[in-house]
Amino acid sequence: MMVSVVAELKDGAARKITLEMLAEARRLADASGSGSVALIAPGALAAGEAERLASQGADRILHVEGESLQGYATEVYAAAVQAAVEASKPDAVFFGATSQGKDLAPRVAGRLRVGLASDCTGFEWRDGELTARRPIFAGKAFGRVAWSQARPRLATVRPNTFTPLPPDASRKAAVEKVPLPPITPRARVVGFEKSEGEMLDLTEANIIVSGGRAMQGPENFEILRKLCKVLGATLGASRAAVDAGWIDHSHQVGQTGKVVNPTVYFAVGISGAIQHLAGMSSSRTIVAINKDKDAPIFKIASYGIVGDLYQVVPALTEEFQKALQE
Amino acid sequence: MNILVFVKQVPDTETRIQLKDGVVDTSSVKWVANPYDEFAIEEALRIKERLGQGKVTVVSLGPDRVKEAIKYALSLGADEGVHVKGEGVALADPLAVATVLAAAARKAGFDLILTGKQGVDHDWSQAGIILAELLDLPHVSVVVHLEVDPASKQGKAKREVEGGAELVEFSLPAVITAQKGLNEPRYASLKGIMAVKKKTIPEWSLSELGVDAASVGESAAAVRFVEFSLPPPRQAGKILEGDPKDTARELVRILHREAKVI
Repeated sequence: MMVSVVAELKDGAARKITLEMLAEARRLADASGSGSVALIAPGALAAGEAERLASQGADRILHVEGESLQGYATEVYAAAVQAAVEASKPDAVFFGATSQGKDLAPRVAGRLRVGLASDCTGFEWRDGELTARRPIFAGKAFGRVAWSQARPRLATVRPNTFTPLPPDASRKAAVEKVPLPPITPRARVVGFEKSEGEMLDLTEANIIVSGGRAMQGPENFEILRKLCKVLGATLGASRAAVDAGWIDHSHQVGQTGKVVNPTVYFAVGISGAIQHLAGMSSSRTIVAINKDKDAPIFKIASYGIVGDLYQVVPALTEEFQKALQE
Repeated sequence: MNILVFVKQVPDTETRIQLKDGVVDTSSVKWVANPYDEFAIEEALRIKERLGQGKVTVVSLGPDRVKEAIKYALSLGADEGVHVKGEGVALADPLAVATVLAAAARKAGFDLILTGKQGVDHDWSQAGIILAELLDLPHVSVVVHLEVDPASKQGKAKREVEGGAELVEFSLPAVITAQKGLNEPRYASLKGIMAVKKKTIPEWSLSELGVDAASVGESAAAVRFVEFSLPPPRQAGKILEGDPKDTARELVRILHREAKVI
């Protein structure tokens, strides 16, 4: 089976999700016996990037070239993927379940009239048919999805789900050029507004520190920001805190917010409403800090402290600082 | 300006999802208008109010119960509602849904289409964008700020992305998918609720829309669910109580030295 991975590039360098997708594409291709993995690069790769992508799983690199590929525009990128798909006829195409991939993949699905499984967290053959596992209802349940006979099968792959392959310098990839004629998109990105801090996005974060209703106001999130800084964590929030206007919605975890799967999730002053639990219960380790020992969050927490967050969190920040300096 | 809003009916977010006979049990579900579609409805009403003219038409695809979602939108101030009958449509397949919605959009006519960025049931995040492709329109997804100018047929949007927001310029007509933060949806007024009683909600069938039923049925679905499961229950872990400093020190020791996750 031939699997293509649509690279997500930033200044010509592949983002981590691209390497994660290559690893899973490689596994599926190898399992099929006579498989291959093609990387679709919409736009130029930085120096040395083709070699790195080859060393981490790509057999072929389809470099789509065209003047229209400067900056992201959905219509242009959809045409680029279409051109690469027509040139290589893959059985499946992976996109990152990122802002870009989630915007692009449905456009390609509509254009090619094929099925798209979104936000996949696993792929498995069942009765001779490839299937994908994906969370539904923000993680309250999981669905296994199968595609019709139309090819290619499209999927967006959730970040932080698969582990990139260790680089193997002996692996090489042929670079093929796919020309893209000029296109004038009717919607295009003309600017970017950066949000606060240098934090990773919630969906990509390894550690998340979230605050809830017990934060009482926007000013108290400063306590959590300090802990985030020490841990290199991303700041999250419950719907209660967002709806109260204490913090921007881009921080919301749960249904009508983001579904996250970090290594460690700190739920601070969050009681554990069902919409919140849905969005974070697949975190590997859950730490709850709450003064109410009957709070539902403790029922799913790996570790918990019953106590006043205004005393516990600064103490944690100090202890982590010490421990991480050693 | 004719604004079309596509609204889906979904289980309330308070719903505890359970399986029965291998599928999601919806027998005791409270059905509501999809939360992201509420932002789309609100934005349509605000655009109409700002321009001082125009029409907001709400369209919902599905079984008869979706009329409740349409009535809800009408009570908020939408001018018209249309129920597209969902019998025989693979409602869990975004391509089939978008195909039917595209036909409904052509029949209704529009200058702008708004819908939620995703349904909070199957979480596909696809139908609005596929709809744009099928109608050969530009789209902007996950929008948190929107400006449209019908005179110049241009619009500006802000879409939420990792680490910030992208500023997008687009031409009308277009499809916009709404993200939370776009606006603060209003509540229905008593006057609005009373006004709904006077409105009739036309029903459109697939044949009226010129859609070949076989092309959007279950057997033609581009994707389908073959199995559902629930996440494994999590075990309650180690809960520490006592002096804040002591418990914090112990927790750091456990996470750093024992579990080695930080």
